[in-house]
Amino acid sequence: MQLQLFVIILFLFSPLVPQENAGQFFSSGHTNNWAVLVCTSRFWFNYRHVANTLSVYRSVKRLGIPDSHIVLMLADDMACNHRNPKPATVFSHKNMELNVYGDDVEVDYRGYEVTVENFLRVLTGRLPPSTPRSKRLLSDDRSNILIYLTGHGGNGFLKFQDSEEISNVELADAFEQMWQKRRYNELLFIIDTCQGASMYERFYSPNLMALASSQVGEDSLSHQPDLAIGVHLMDRYTFYLLEFLEDIHPSSKANMNDLFKVCPKSQCVSTPGHRTDLFLRDPGSALITDFFGSVRKVEITMETINLTEPIQQVEQNFVNEERQKETYSYVDQLPVSEIIHQKPKQKDWHPPDGFILGLWTLILLVFFKTYGMKHLKHIF
Amino acid sequence: MGLLSDPNRRRALISLLTRLNAPICVVCYMAGVAWFMGLAFEPFTLRTYMSENAMGSTMVEERFPAGERALGTGREFSAHKKKAGGMPVDWLVKTMQSRGLEVFTQRFSRRLPFPDEDKERYMVKGTNVYGILRAPRAPRTEALVLSAPCSPGDDNNQAVGVLLGLAQYFRNQVFWAKDIIFLVNEHDLIGMQAWLEGYHHTNTTGMDWSPLQGRGGSIQAALSLELSSDVVTSLDLVLEGLNGQLPNLDLANLFYAFCQKIGVLCTTQGKLQRNDWDSVSGYSHAVQTMMLMVMKQASGRPWGDHGLFLRYHIEAATIKGINSFRQYKTDATTIGRLLEGMYRKLNNLLERLHQSYFFYLMPSLSHFVSIGYYMPAFGLLALILLLRALDLWIQLATPPTFNLNPPPSQMSSPGVLSVLTPLVISHLTGVALYTLPIHFQEIAVEHFPVSETEAVVLTAIAVYTAGLALPHNTHRGLFVPPFNGWKVLKLVAVLYLAVLLGCTALINFSLGFILALTLVPVAAFVTPDVPKALSAFIMVILSPACTLLFSVFLFQELQEMPVSFLDGWMLYLSVISQGILDHALYGSLVYPLVALLVYPCWLLFWNILFWK
Repeated sequence: MQLQLFVIILFLFSPLVPQENAGQFFSSGHTNNWAVLVCTSRFWFNYRHVANTLSVYRSVKRLGIPDSHIVLMLADDMACNHRNPKPATVFSHKNMELNVYGDDVEVDYRGYEVTVENFLRVLTGRLPPSTPRSKRLLSDDRSNILIYLTGHGGNGFLKFQDSEEISNVELADAFEQMWQKRRYNELLFIIDTCQGASMYERFYSPNLMALASSQVGEDSLSHQPDLAIGVHLMDRYTFYLLEFLEDIHPSSKANMNDLFKVCPKSQCVSTPGHRTDLFLRDPGSALITDFFGSVRKVEITMETINLTEPIQQVEQNFVNEERQKETYSYVDQLPVSEIIHQKPKQKDWHPPDGFILGLWTLILLVFFKTYGMKHLKHIF
Repeated sequence: MGLLSDPNRRRALISLLTRLNAPICVVCYMAGVAWFMGLAFEPFTLRTYMSENAMGSTMVEERFPAGERALGTGREFSAHKKKAGGMPVDWLVKTMQSRGLEVFTQRFSRRLPFPDEDKERYMVKGTNVYGILRAPRAPRTEALVLSAPCSPGDDNNQAVGVLLGLAQYFRNQVFWAKDIIFLVNEHDLIGMQAWLEGYHHTNTTGMDWSPLQGRGGSIQAALSLELSSDVVTSLDLVLEGLNGQLPNLDLANLFYAFCQKIGVLCTTQGKLQRNDWDSVSGYSHAVQTMMLMVMKQASGRPWGDHGLFLRYHIEAATIKGINSFRQYKTDATTIGRLLEGMYRKLNNLLERLHQSYFFYLMPSLSHFVSIGYYMPAFGLLALILLLRALDLWIQLATPPTFNLNPPPSQMSSPGVLSVLTPLVISHLTGVALYTLPIHFQEIAVEHFPVSETEAVVLTAIAVYTAGLALPHNTHRGLFVPPFNGWKVLKLVAVLYLAVLLGCTALINFSLGFILALTLVPVAAFVTPDVPKALSAFIMVILSPACTLLFSVFLFQELQEMPVSFLDGWMLYLSVISQGILDHALYGSLVYPLVALLVYPCWLLFWNILFWK
């Protein structure tokens, strides 16, 4: 990490770097990757939604995004559900080939914590100060964010936990808030629910790309049941998405146009849809790993760099300027001494109160003297 | 002006009503009967489908292996049952404990109001044995029940064997989210009633039972198994429960779905469904199946051990194994797999079964008719009563023609009394019909050479027939009612019958419909003016008792076991005694309904017929 930063700084400061490489180097404009993976359904028969989310989680981790940069929200615990014949596992392939739960999964929002409010707070960053880092989306304006939602949805809404819904308007507004607070560089939104395309209809913020598993009026179907477990294990769109992602490795050059081709109608039965009009780059130039992986751009160079000069310059700067060393101390959370020995606040000087009262009485008396005493009885 | 507030239109409407009353009534009656018969016609029915999302499809892998071992256990059970002369409690407790269940027993005893000649019992003492399989990881808040009856003789040994085999297999699985209670009840329905009352801490029938030591949480569903042979050719599903209550249709759908998946022949009412619905024989087959269900539901008795669960809002059904002359036999392993599949699906339930219908009729196992489709048949019959009531109201409201010169004062004041007296006397007769048979059985046995059961039944019939002589006696004894007072009485009686039948049809459609079929023509057309002898004969034919007699014969015909008249008569007497016993033992409401409400209503019409 430090070496890479070092190399980048060198490229910036050293006059030996050819300019074209720098242009290509920063073509995507992002420096870090985040992923927000949400499963919104609970109950045992919605096993496949949890399996979907966990499978995407596995792929995203494999391609390099660390747990600290993934916010995983699972609405129900399938692995420890009483009805699970293989406790502590969540399978995504039948015949139990792939256990996506594993032993290193980190679920950030679990069970009843997965609500619309929490989801929107995570996106917009409006969380109470006591929220731990693992539950926050600490993205900045150079972050590429992948948002994956799965569950039961309808035309214009996604159902959370059987009791509430998030509408497409709310979601679009949340993304606009993120844009205005510069919380993302580019955002890829994938949704695998029935009528999923309705959820991205209302987006209006720039740099958003969206994919959905089905159009309005279509249902997304599940893929394969497992007879031993007794439930469907995955949804079709996510299954084929994962098959596609299995071929992606961190240095893959596959781009978004390949992603749009995942799961055609013949395999998915529903028609997947996508939306790219808000995305400022050409989707063909956006790599899969721009969103799914956390790829650090490293260019190996055989050239030698003269390190001495820039360092000396910086050191000289330090020697020439005055050292301004400030001593830091903690702010008192409860300034007891100030409370005990409270001094009155310094205000602008006013004449004493009695003086003003006397002044007004004088004015009144003069007034009544001039215009007659009979008006005085109106006051007293 | 509106239709009813404009006097001209109103008069026209009223005259239409009075002129066409009888034809409309006849048309309504025929329409009601035709609608009912049309319910079994397949295009008018709907295919059954699973409504509960949590149960999903039949997506489980059934792996129950130990059918033969289960049959061996059944044979052991039979041997111990013979040795113990009843329920082999110790052996059952030991066997269930060796399978890893928590075993408890419950003793119960009951003295029947009079001896039951069908099952030959009077003082009943018994023990229920049940084992609870605790869910390995779940809290003990919900339970499922699998029960098999311990029957005298050679019946249902295999059922207990399969139950114990399943218990052993289920104990080895980790995916149970609910406790499973394996119950072997003695004296079928009486033992089941004792167990349910003990489980739910109620005591509605005055039985004596020891409290249950172990409990499992609120019961979500129950299945009762009746299997008396090693191999079966088909499995029959019995749904009708106490007071005609039916379990949720999803339970039947679940059974049918698994039957189709595993490939077992499944029937309902013992009749295999046919594919040729457009032929006459196919249609009549469906009508027969539906009529069997209607008659079983109307009788108000539980037709399997499951029938008593329904009252506690527990969906339950009985699965009977039938061994007939068919080539393809299903062995115990397959039956075990079917039950395993059903229980795995019931395990997935999150709430009680409530998504599908509670009121339905099934002309076959794959088709059903819901309440919205069958209720209009009854509605058309009830309409006749309302039309008649309107007609009488109009006649009473318009002043009579004065050529007879009846004293006008007599019209108003004895109005209430002329109605009240027959009402009170009829209901008193009804009360007599309800209470006398059981109370006076000792006196009857002393004076006549009959057994207690016969005494009870014959007393009932005697009181019933005595009621027929009432109008004569009351009219002679009491005052002479005015000539037109019968209209008020008929109005009250018709409305009373309408309310009574309506309420009955809501709870038990079949009972309400059958009573309506016979009583509505009586109510509509009886007046003092019709020829007395002929109409008296017709009224007796259409009275509840004769309806029951005809139903008995029809029921035997539908089951393809027609009986001769003498056998039918004996069957009829036993049906009456069973009805009284059901009421005393399980709280069935058919007997009090007929004795206290329907019979007095019919007596009112009898009074009107003999009005002087």
